[in-house]
Amino acid sequence: MTLLYFAWVRQKIGRSEETLALPEGVATVGELAAWLAKRGAGYADAFADPKRLRAAVNQDHVSFDAPVSANDEVAFFPPVTGG
Amino acid sequence: MRTIRIQAGVFDVNAEIAALTKDAANVGAVVTFTGHVRGDDGLSSLTLEHYPHMTEREIARCIGEAEQRWPLLGATVIHRIGKLMRGEPIVLVAVAATHRQAAFAAAEFLMDYLKTRAPFWKEEDRGGAKRWVEHRESDAQRAKRWE
Repeated sequence: MTLLYFAWVRQKIGRSEETLALPEGVATVGELAAWLAKRGAGYADAFADPKRLRAAVNQDHVSFDAPVSANDEVAFFPPVTGG
Repeated sequence: MRTIRIQAGVFDVNAEIAALTKDAANVGAVVTFTGHVRGDDGLSSLTLEHYPHMTEREIARCIGEAEQRWPLLGATVIHRIGKLMRGEPIVLVAVAATHRQAAFAAAEFLMDYLKTRAPFWKEEDRGGAKRWVEHRESDAQRAKRWE
């Protein structure tokens, strides 16, 4: 899967994109976020409060209970602030 | 006619109106909204990032919803990215319709939806002190009015 990070999520993690094999036991966006939070200090900081985060799967806004699968593009970011 | 562009450079509102109305036979109303970078609390500039491709898709979806609600003849959404100084134009929404009611309503709808759905993020710079703009609950409430 491809993971994308934007705004302060990108800054805290220190990268904008990475590819990953779907971790074992991860079936939803929320489970993926919890798994990522354990990957290191930057990740722990970025995913410390999932309520502050939003997600997209294959470029559609989704909730954290949405399913994820091996070939998905999953993005994590703060609530949008355009306009 | 639909135009959706994400660009670093400035846009020309009159040129966009001309393009929007060129092929539409029965245009009686064009409403444009231009958003500018506010100089809140000593803000010197904003830097905008976005999620390429998803941004265009979300904006297209917003225009599609507007077209379901009002009889539109065309819509243009242009959003700038990168570093923008205080006072600079940042976003343009232009809507063409036969009558003004549809054009006014759809322009407001598009701005409200854009602000809550299109994946853009602003980082403010106040004399070197940088801060990501927080999502505003009032924007979410404004978008909810249309549900």
